[in-house]
Amino acid sequence: MNYEPVMGIEVHVELNTKSKMFCRCSTDYFGTQPNTHVCPVCLGLPGALPVINSEAINKCIQIGLALNCQINPVNYFERKNYFYPDLAKGFQISQLVLPVAVGGWLEVEDENGEKKKIRINRAHQEEDTGKLTHQGADTLIDFNRSGVPLVEIVTEPDFNSSYQVRDYAKKLQQIFRYLEVSEADMEKGDMRLEANVSVRPVGQKELPLYRVELKNINSFRFMVAAIEYEIKRQIAALERGEKLTQETRGWNEAKKETYLQRSKEEAHDYRYFPEPDLPELKIDTEQLIILKNRMPELPQRKIEIYTTQLGVREQDAKILADSKELAEFFETTLEHGQKHRVSTQEIANYIVNQKPDIEIVLPTQVIEEIKGKKVGRIEDEKELEKLAKQAIEENPQAVEAYKKGKTTAIQALIGTMMKLSSGRANADKAAQLLRILLE
Amino acid sequence: MKITDMTLLEIIEGIQAKRFSEEEMVGSYLSRIGKLNPKLNAFLEISKPHAGIPVAVKDIIVTRGIKTTAGSIILEGFIPPYDATVVEKLLDQGMSVIGKTNCDEFAMGSSGENSAFGVTKNPWNLEMVPGGSSSGSAVAVAADLAVFALGTDTGGSIRQPASLCGVVGFKPSYGRVSRYGAIAMASSLDQIGPFTKTVSDAKQVLEWISGPDGYDSNCLNNLYKAGPALTDLKGVKVGVPKEYFGPPAGGGLDSGVEKVIKEAIKKLEELGAKVIEISLPHTEYGIAVYYIIMSSEVSSNLARFDGIRYGFDRGKFGAEAKRRIMLGTFSLSSGYYDQYFTKAAKVRSLIKRDFDQAFEECDVIVGPASPSVAWKIGEKINDPLKMYLSDAYTIPASLAGLPGLSVPCGFSSGLPVGLQILGKHSDDAKVLDVGEAYEMATDWRKEKPEI
Repeated sequence: MNYEPVMGIEVHVELNTKSKMFCRCSTDYFGTQPNTHVCPVCLGLPGALPVINSEAINKCIQIGLALNCQINPVNYFERKNYFYPDLAKGFQISQLVLPVAVGGWLEVEDENGEKKKIRINRAHQEEDTGKLTHQGADTLIDFNRSGVPLVEIVTEPDFNSSYQVRDYAKKLQQIFRYLEVSEADMEKGDMRLEANVSVRPVGQKELPLYRVELKNINSFRFMVAAIEYEIKRQIAALERGEKLTQETRGWNEAKKETYLQRSKEEAHDYRYFPEPDLPELKIDTEQLIILKNRMPELPQRKIEIYTTQLGVREQDAKILADSKELAEFFETTLEHGQKHRVSTQEIANYIVNQKPDIEIVLPTQVIEEIKGKKVGRIEDEKELEKLAKQAIEENPQAVEAYKKGKTTAIQALIGTMMKLSSGRANADKAAQLLRILLE
Repeated sequence: MKITDMTLLEIIEGIQAKRFSEEEMVGSYLSRIGKLNPKLNAFLEISKPHAGIPVAVKDIIVTRGIKTTAGSIILEGFIPPYDATVVEKLLDQGMSVIGKTNCDEFAMGSSGENSAFGVTKNPWNLEMVPGGSSSGSAVAVAADLAVFALGTDTGGSIRQPASLCGVVGFKPSYGRVSRYGAIAMASSLDQIGPFTKTVSDAKQVLEWISGPDGYDSNCLNNLYKAGPALTDLKGVKVGVPKEYFGPPAGGGLDSGVEKVIKEAIKKLEELGAKVIEISLPHTEYGIAVYYIIMSSEVSSNLARFDGIRYGFDRGKFGAEAKRRIMLGTFSLSSGYYDQYFTKAAKVRSLIKRDFDQAFEECDVIVGPASPSVAWKIGEKINDPLKMYLSDAYTIPASLAGLPGLSVPCGFSSGLPVGLQILGKHSDDAKVLDVGEAYEMATDWRKEKPEI
């Protein structure tokens, strides 16, 4: 029997707002002393209350728009109740029934280049927890991260290959960086992935009755490895006649295998109910228009324009649109290129192959470089001979001085050759030729 | 007149006229506390300020640097690092916190008997309960241990003890006063409010403590301003709900209390008010709705007391707290959420609609604040459901977020009775002004307990 994987992905992205989601504490906590970016609200002290950070909501809306979602004009927060030492209030303020954004999509590619639209179920706003660190028998808690705004993006189980998952994650990361809503750095934890993996017989339309959640995996590479391992493990189990159940598993990089963290029996009832401390969020059409206008041109759109309108090769277009900075550099260079009759293709090739450091190099310098290289050095002996003879004619004193033994006088002749050829003459060959002619 | 007998407005005038110094004033209250608190157990913590008009603050409200327990072992010794907004506002006005008052644990109770630190006694009869959950604050004002006090009211915890102790107690419209710093019981119901010796005092305190502060997202944007006192009640329509007198909703109403309340309503008529009968048909469902919604929110709000960042292990919750946590967790659980929590929320909106419709015919609604006068300590504590019924008159206004006043209106069997006056949402001014007019036309405020 042939099996196919059925997978859904959950991404949590930490927003780069100045303040936390429900209080005025700074979110710039990376590398700072523990418990120094805290206040009664994010510490869950008795009597503290949340206040919505509207900039975070704007960023959540923009993420929803970038993923082609519908933005709910009225949405509200809910309490997700559970106990854990890093959850200060004993509940997380999140969204369930009516989130900010629903019903979107993102196109991904598989290993054969085939494209598929992945359906996005929702993008909602919530807050992050504190961070636990284990030190021997002790566990330390740092609440600097508690209350930092998070957006959770959930897909439908539309993924059929780990390549698609990787493409999805990379594209999301790109979108977050284009929107400037997060650095989306997996190592720093600003972007976190969870995969729900199951398998079913090829041709079956119904979803499998179980899912294995892969959690706490902090790189694309490990996630892909874990997914591929899991798919194989599940298929092998089913072929042995085993029944698969709901589980949470982690990835052991040393052993290169997934391992059980939690089984279904411990599944949580979060007792969600609407957050009574916060009013409903109303997003009016004017605000939505302002946010839509603020949206930058996104990578998918840029790739489309580069390939269909500018004739750039698709693989080059992907590279050029990889970051907003590079895309803008490319586009500015194109503008300069038009004035100097340097073509789009030449500029694209140059940037893709030479990989100039765009933090230092200016678009105008790229144009100069291309022009210089395009014209090229004069290597041809006959042409050089012509120039050499002309230089000798124009510099009688230098020639006499050289013949009298002043070897450095040849510099003046080389200089003249360079001037006559606009710097294109191959200086070494010029020198050799001159020596021969002057003998 | 003794300084400790004075109202807030009289004290302000006295200080301005230099009839006494602030130190003298604080000193006389401190010495009275020293003499009487051992008998009454109104204060859990006395902070001994040197100056500033002394206010007693219910121990459910955080005060920076002053121990705050919420009446619970869980927070024994807890010293908050910040002040509640209301405390900051009062300190800005030159008040000082003279002490923290006893209350039912985490504001859960109607008698004061659920405090982990012993019950507060009713100064009118030391064998009787003072009511709850703001027991200590009500007693502090009744026994002249402070000029005024702050309490919280979720289902009646200001109005009911005010009624049982013969003082003025006011629950503002939901959102009128910031809840930042009030240890949360039921987030959609809690309000901080004043206990005072007169309604005129309450108006002043409300003006000081109310207003949006940028920390409580549910604050109203409009502001309360204390206006001049009304000379009479001409043109005021007073609604009397027929459900308040007689079964099923009013079945527990004590006949002595009923008599006093009806006389008070007659007084309103004498002052020119038009008294009309109205109906609040869903009154009898109030208690059930309240106990589901309130305990659901409580079960979530108390989750932060895990003993990790502050406080003691959650095994130290008292019996009533545990009861409500369990009830609330159950009501929110998967499989029960719809029939309990969602259903209660729906009925809540019906109760609110009752009031909206009634207020089309009247300006204020009156009735008893409590079905009985103070009862004996120990009498109801073993029957939680019986205890819950003491809030029958106060609960509906909490569910609808309406402003509610309890003003002394007489005695029955030698114990105080309070008249409850309710108003439209945001119409705190009308409620207080009607109460003030009644108060000025009577002498109940001059009665003081002999301790």
